[in-house]
Amino acid sequence: MAVIRDIMPAFDLLQPSSVTEARQLLQQHGAEAWVLAGGLDSFDWLKDRIKRPKYVVDLSGIGELRGIRETSDGGLEIGAMTTLTEVATHPVIRERFGVLAQGAELAASPQIRNQGTIGGNVSQDARCHYYRAGWPCYRAGGNICYADTPTGRNREHAILGADRCVAVNPSDSAPALIALDAKFVVQTAGGEKVVDAEDYFIGPDIDITRLNILRPGDLLTAIRIPAAWAGSQFYFEKVRDRNVWDFALLNVAAAIKLNGGNIEQMRIAVNGAAARPLRLKAVEQLAAGKPRNAATGEMAGKLAVEGAVPLQFNAYKIPLMRNLVKRAVGGVEVASWAS
Amino acid sequence: MGIITWAKSPWGQDIPIHIAWGLIYVCAVGGVLFLIVHAIWVRYFAGEEEFAGSGAGAAAANIPEKVARHSFAARAFHWVMAAAMLTLLVTAFLPKVGYQFAWVTYHWMAGIVLTVSIVYHIIHATFFMDFWSIWPDKQDLVDARNRLKRSLGDKSAPLPRRFAKYPMENKMYHAVIVLTGLGVTLTGFFMLFRVRSIFPRNPYLFGDMTWGLMYVLHGLCGVGLIALIMVHIYFALRPEKFVITKSMVFGSLPRDYYLRHHDPERWVVAPKGESAHGD
Repeated sequence: MAVIRDIMPAFDLLQPSSVTEARQLLQQHGAEAWVLAGGLDSFDWLKDRIKRPKYVVDLSGIGELRGIRETSDGGLEIGAMTTLTEVATHPVIRERFGVLAQGAELAASPQIRNQGTIGGNVSQDARCHYYRAGWPCYRAGGNICYADTPTGRNREHAILGADRCVAVNPSDSAPALIALDAKFVVQTAGGEKVVDAEDYFIGPDIDITRLNILRPGDLLTAIRIPAAWAGSQFYFEKVRDRNVWDFALLNVAAAIKLNGGNIEQMRIAVNGAAARPLRLKAVEQLAAGKPRNAATGEMAGKLAVEGAVPLQFNAYKIPLMRNLVKRAVGGVEVASWAS
Repeated sequence: MGIITWAKSPWGQDIPIHIAWGLIYVCAVGGVLFLIVHAIWVRYFAGEEEFAGSGAGAAAANIPEKVARHSFAARAFHWVMAAAMLTLLVTAFLPKVGYQFAWVTYHWMAGIVLTVSIVYHIIHATFFMDFWSIWPDKQDLVDARNRLKRSLGDKSAPLPRRFAKYPMENKMYHAVIVLTGLGVTLTGFFMLFRVRSIFPRNPYLFGDMTWGLMYVLHGLCGVGLIALIMVHIYFALRPEKFVITKSMVFGSLPRDYYLRHHDPERWVVAPKGESAHGD
């Protein structure tokens, strides 16, 4: 159980200076190695002695993992170690991919955004308090979900896609990246792999112990944002208990191409509803060709929550998600809240 | 490597949570080794099958060309159970060895099919079949001892009698499958209350230790079934046993095979001209 929180445990700190070197170290040490980016997720795990890696591979010295570069097709490539502040304040991102700037800007607090990285934000582990307390739940390799019990505290947990574990993905930048059709560049033992943002995340039905596709030895190096959605109409909204600093109860990100007043094309994703950020393809199909107004938003909201199963204490998430999607699709000016 | 993975419950109690997954490989390798050793034994060391007496004698004249061995109901049960069992093994263990997919729903659905088919089989075998024909009897044990002595070179041991309906190996295999099958099915049934299935969820049905032991038993029976199913498929495909496999498809054995391996006094079949449905 989590009892020691003051000092770091002993481990071998490995500080590679290149991606090649980092890959070698990660593949050499496999499951015994822990990838350290900004440290904001890692330090809790390590100080609490819940995760006990033998080796910690610190990526902070790898220059090629930092920075935002424009690509030849008009898109951007963001190094995985680029801080959330850099993402949120980058002029090109703010001007052309504003939904990502908003998502990054609403994550945590200024201090955390100065230290936290985009790669860490999308790869961070679940925030379920039972799991993080070191209890032997499904996600920790056990055979029970303590949150999904008649008396479990599950206010922040999943309403969709639960499969034994009901933890949710806590990332704010993830839905924005899905809305922008971003690609994640992952270095694996078999070479470089580029996956769609939505395929980077996995639910408990596929692997109950991970929130993303990274296996021991793998390394997320960059996120590429294509030009396709540059300058579209964007929508990002995050609902949290404390507006100054908190994880999302739910968030929504949308990129919309309008033709006249009609939605020509749209990508929309929510997070905080399931163990992976959910791209709402049915909503995208429903909205295509329809005017961006309250009626379309209403339909989209209702469709978004179809199949949602509330737990003991999180039924509020269903109207919350319905309203967020309604506002994202219909436009915040025309969509009113409904319970 | 231990065979059980332990964890600390929230109350500080050491509880088992499941088997060590390395047992998957242990059982798979064990199964392969058995197949290799058996194949070598049969190819290079085992002699011809020997039985006491010369066969059915006068009764042989009345044995039909096709001897009914399995009724349609029994065959249907076998293949439904086989499909469910293979689905269960694939969905249980492929994700553990790296092929990841959404397995839980398929797993519990196949588990329900298996459970229902086993319940059906128990009722069918108890009330509509010769229940004791699949269980070893005293003669089987005597014959097995004599067969073992002779295979070890003691030719003074009496020749064994021909088999009843099921050879001793069949009976032993069935007994082991009954144990592992019931173990995995009973524990799996209670686990249906642990996941989202057609049953109401109740994670508090048992205490942590009981649940843990249940998961361990489920896992042990499950990995045991890896080896058992490998062995079963191996024997089903062996040339000298293939006629038995065909009987599980078509329902009957050829007359010659019956006369060579079975004792008409121990497995009485309906004479020519009378209907015979098998069990």
